[in-house]
Parts: sequence; C-alpha cells; structure tokens
Amino acid sequence: MADIVDEEASEVEKAAEARPINPIYKGPGPNFLTQLMRIGVSLAVPLIAFGILYWAGTVLLDENANRLVVVVMALIIGVLGVFALFYGMNWLTMRLPERYRHFVLPFVFVGPAIVLLTIFLVYPTVVTFKLSFQNAQGEGFVWLDNYIDIFTDSGTLEALRNSVLWVIIVPALAVSIGLGFAVLADKLGSKGEAFSKSFIFMPMAISFVGASIVWRFIYNFRPEGFGEQIGLLNGIWTAIGNEPVAWLLQEPWNNFYLMVILVWLQVGFAMVILSAGIKSVPDDILEAARIDGAKEFQVFWRIIIPSISSTLVVVLTTIIITVWKVFDIVYVMTSGEFGTSVVAERMVTEFFTFGNEGAGAALAVVLLVAITPLMVLNVRRFQAQEAQR
Amino acid sequence: MTTTTAEKPATQSEYVPDKRGFWAGVFYRWPVKLVILIVVIIWIIPTLGVLVSSFRPPDAVNANGWWTVFTNLGSNEWTLSNYSDVLSSEGFGNSFLNSLSVTIPATVMPITIAAFAAYGFAWMEFPGRQWLFVLVVAMLVIPLQMALIPLLRLYTTINLNGTFPAVWLAHTGFGLPLAIYLLRNYIGSLPSSMMESASIDGATPFETFTQLVVPLSVPVLASFAIFQFLWVWNDLLIALVFLGGEPDVRVITLALNNLNGSRGQAWHLLTAGAFITMALPLVVFLSLQRYFVRGLTAGSVKG
Repeated sequence: MADIVDEEASEVEKAAEARPINPIYKGPGPNFLTQLMRIGVSLAVPLIAFGILYWAGTVLLDENANRLVVVVMALIIGVLGVFALFYGMNWLTMRLPERYRHFVLPFVFVGPAIVLLTIFLVYPTVVTFKLSFQNAQGEGFVWLDNYIDIFTDSGTLEALRNSVLWVIIVPALAVSIGLGFAVLADKLGSKGEAFSKSFIFMPMAISFVGASIVWRFIYNFRPEGFGEQIGLLNGIWTAIGNEPVAWLLQEPWNNFYLMVILVWLQVGFAMVILSAGIKSVPDDILEAARIDGAKEFQVFWRIIIPSISSTLVVVLTTIIITVWKVFDIVYVMTSGEFGTSVVAERMVTEFFTFGNEGAGAALAVVLLVAITPLMVLNVRRFQAQEAQR
Repeated sequence: MTTTTAEKPATQSEYVPDKRGFWAGVFYRWPVKLVILIVVIIWIIPTLGVLVSSFRPPDAVNANGWWTVFTNLGSNEWTLSNYSDVLSSEGFGNSFLNSLSVTIPATVMPITIAAFAAYGFAWMEFPGRQWLFVLVVAMLVIPLQMALIPLLRLYTTINLNGTFPAVWLAHTGFGLPLAIYLLRNYIGSLPSSMMESASIDGATPFETFTQLVVPLSVPVLASFAIFQFLWVWNDLLIALVFLGGEPDVRVITLALNNLNGSRGQAWHLLTAGAFITMALPLVVFLSLQRYFVRGLTAGSVKG
C-alpha cells in the first residue's frame, strides 16, 4: 500500500506543469449575449437529462415494475444520454463565432456540474438557514426560538452532550487502535501484513445498518430464566458468573457501547492511511536512530509520530466529520431512546417523525456551523497543496 | 521473503524466517504476532457470529449461543431456509433488486458529469475557476441533513417523491463534490505537454477529453466508482427520506432496518438479512480493494 503514497507524490510533481490550454484568443471580451449563452449551455444538459429521467422513472415505473428495464434505461441515460447531451452542446458551441465560442466552451464542461451543485447543495443550504428561523410548518418567522429551544430543551441538550462525547471518544480510539495496528503489522512479512490488515479493513465495506444488526446481536440480552444467552457479550458475562445485563439500556454507558460499533468500522480506515504514512518515513532515518541506541518506543514517539503528524491530522478530521454526522447507528440500535440520541439523529427525528421543520432545520444548521472550522481547515490544506504545485 | 533480503538487519520491516527453520519462523517476534492475532480475532468475531447464525435453524439460534457450534461439532444442523425466508416472505429479494436499481445509475451519472467538470476545472480558463473549485472543496463537508428538508419540499412540488429518479438525482448531486475533487486532482496532474501537442495537432478540447483524458483517467474513475457504489448501496438516510419504505421501492438497508423494527428478536432472519445486505459490498470490496483504498484516501470526508 506504500505505492499509493508514491503515486500521489509523483502526481503533485507532475501537476507543477498544469495550466489552462484554451486556444489563444485576442478578440473582444465577453458581452451580455455571451453570459446568456453560458447560462444556457450550463442549464441545458441537466434540464434535458432531468426531463428524460422523469419520464423514464415515473412513466415506465408506473406501467410495469420491471426493474431491469428501468435500470437499463437509467444506464443508457446516465452514460450515453448525458454524454450525448454534452456532445450536442459542444457541437452547437463549436459552431458559434470564435468570439462566443471561446467564452462559452468552458461552461459546456463545468456548467452542468455547477447547476447540479447549486440545486442539491447551495440552494438547500440557504433554504435550511431560512427555515431554521421559522416555525414547525415552515411559515412565519420565530427568529431565534428554535435555537433557544435547542440549547434549553433537555432532550436536545442530551443529544449535544452525546455528540460531543462521540466526537472525542470515537476518533481517539479509532486512531489509536489503527495506528498501533499499523505499526505492529509493519513488523510482519509483507504477506502477513496485507492479510491481517484486510480483516481490520473489511468492516469499511459494511453499511452502518448492517453493522448495527451485527452488534445488536452481540449486545443481545435475555432476562434470567428466559433461556440461554445468545448474545456473545452476555454469554461471556454470565459464563464468568455474573447476572445478564441489558447493555443497551445502561445509561450512560450505552452511549459507549454504540460508539464501539463506529470504532469497529473506522479503525480500518485510520490504519490504512496511517500505514501508508509510516511506510513513507525514510528507512535511513529510522536506522540511524536505532544505531544511535534509540529504543523502539523512542523511535515511535520521536520520529514516526512527528513524521506522520500531517497524516494524523487528516485522518482525525476525516473521522471527526464522519462521527459528527452519524445517524444510522443510533437510529437502528435505540432510535435515540435511553439517553443515546445524537444531533444528526435528532435532526431527522424532529423533521421526519415529529414533522417539525423549524427545529429540524435549526439542528441541521447547528451540525453545519459546528463543522465549519474543519471545512476551513480542509480548504486551507487544499490551498497549501495548490501553492506547492 | 527471498534470500536476497536476508542480509538486512532485523530492525527492517522485511521479515526473514528462512534461516531459522519453520518453527523458529513461526515464533519469531511472537509477541507482535500474538497481539495482531488477538486484534484480528476480535475484529472478525462479530461478522462471524452473524454468518454462523444465519445458517442455523431458528430453534437452534434461539436455544443457545452461536459459539456453541464449535464445542459440539458434528451434532450441528445447518440450513438455508433462513435465507429463502428472508428473500421471499420478508421481501429482501425485491429490495436487493431495488438497491441495484438505485445504486447503478446513482454511481454512473455523477461520474460522467464530474469527469467533464474536472477537465474544465483542470485545463480550461474561465472566470471564477479558482474560487468555484474552492467552493467544491468546502462542499465536501456539508452534512446531508442540511439538504433534506428543502429537497423534500422541492420533490413534493414536482411530484418526484418516492421515485427512483429522486434518489438517483440526490445521490448524483451529493456525490459530485467528491467526484469533481478526485477527478480534477488526477486530470490536472496529466502532463500539459500532452494537452498542448493534442491542441497543436488540431484536436478540439472535446476530442482531447474523450480520446486522451478519459482513457488515461480510468484508475481514478474506477476508484470513485467503487467508493460511490459502496456509499449508495450502504446509504439509509437518503433512501429513507426520498424513497420511503413502500415494499415496491424499498432498498435493502431500509428492509433490514424495518425487519429490525418489526421482528427485533427473530435472529435467524436478522442475521441472514444482514448478511444479504453485506454480501455485495464485501465482494466489491475484496476484489477491488486497491482502488477502494485510493478513493478512500481522498474521499472519506464526504457525506
């Protein structure tokens, strides 16, 4: 897996050469008509594709529920249809006089994506902000009432507290275990390393819902006298002479039992990325330290950790973002009851179960605002990368 | 593992059992191996329990723990009836097809649109090129919850709720930031001399894109495809909100969630259902792990 890092390093080097290759053009600048055309080519592909999809998805699906037909249709539209639309727009643009062609052509390429991002991310974000100042039906302005509710209601305060705990505990555990495993597996032969890593990594492919069922089975509880314990944890717990425990009802510890599920899922991710980082630490530095008499744990703390600190930050922020938005695990395991609710799950419950749009929107805004520092961090990191190019 | 590496000191990561004989090799660095073995066992036990239970008869699943099958080997009964029950009477077969119907288009559509956009961002000059891309990077982090309410309202007005296109489009929109980000970084790193010579030879940008850029970008297209496939297949939230739980459109994660709600103690069904949900992603993951790791490195901030 070390070659992944090498590949990326060489990509950055090559990128130093990247610069726009539009044909050179020294004519008059863009005018009003150019702007109209830019908007036109940007909108055309999404709108036409939507029209066809709408027809395919609703009309076809209503007549007979033959999924194969629907999927094949969607594939044809998704690959060939969208491609044909791009082709058509390009064909039209290439027939424009050069003055327009030069300015319009880039929007044939990036326009449709910008339109889709606007519809599915920018527009909803703006509307959600507005809704968060409105009442449960999304009418009339109640201004800060929804936010005051969030920070005074015991239910949402509990969700906030739990979310903060999740964000601290899960990344810390996932990164520690992942780092420890990566360091140890590094000392095995290459086959043994790849083999053992794939077991740790495997849960990454499992859905949160699937993982929740897997772990509900482990935490399964039967009161004494209602048969043998079939949950592994209670099986072990009773075998060493204890009374069976309803793990998921034990406030506040049940929060921790739910966090274990996400740790189980995320350690593989931390391990793979950190392992690539560890392998990129130059061997001669490590050897020099060992020749100078450094103990293994000194090599780890004084050389490996500082060398991979930027990778550690990336892994931590990534896991924090995932954890902050966790919804499925809590929803499936406890529906947020027994003191286990988290903000992301609470948002869906408020909006979906209770039909309270204002409260749901305000919780979504809290989710976004809390994550904004990490967003800024990501953007900064990206800009630093670009500056290196 | 070959003798060529045998001269290196033991502090190197290469591990050299050859000189020591088989048993010495097995016990070489045994504390490290023991820790690794314990962690690996802890990590696979949860999945193993589900797998074993899904093949046991319902009575046996309820009578004793799944781990007892290892203590009384030989007297165990195995069955496939849990799977046939879940697939037919609990509707998982239908849901499996629904999940495929959602996942395949929702994986393919963002790739096409993002590939064009990535090429534009990497190699074309237009106003706002820089800050629009910074905006895309920022969008990687926006929580899905932000988009749910307005989109649901929008879908309700145009009568799109509960249809496959609703989910295809939602996944396309939410998948685009990551797709554009990944593809643009890769396409932008292709050598500019190549692009220039294509343009000198008279290729239009469109021809350069289809005949040069797309064939060269197959690895990154594959890694995004795998990532998006797993993401859409494993998604519960978008399917729950925009598609709903009607049996004719319900996806497999929702089917499992509903089974969990209605028959939370029917472990023979739940384990079989969980395994059906996990089967396809696991196959995709195990066969295409390399590409997946690559996509993950850049992509896990999504969602």
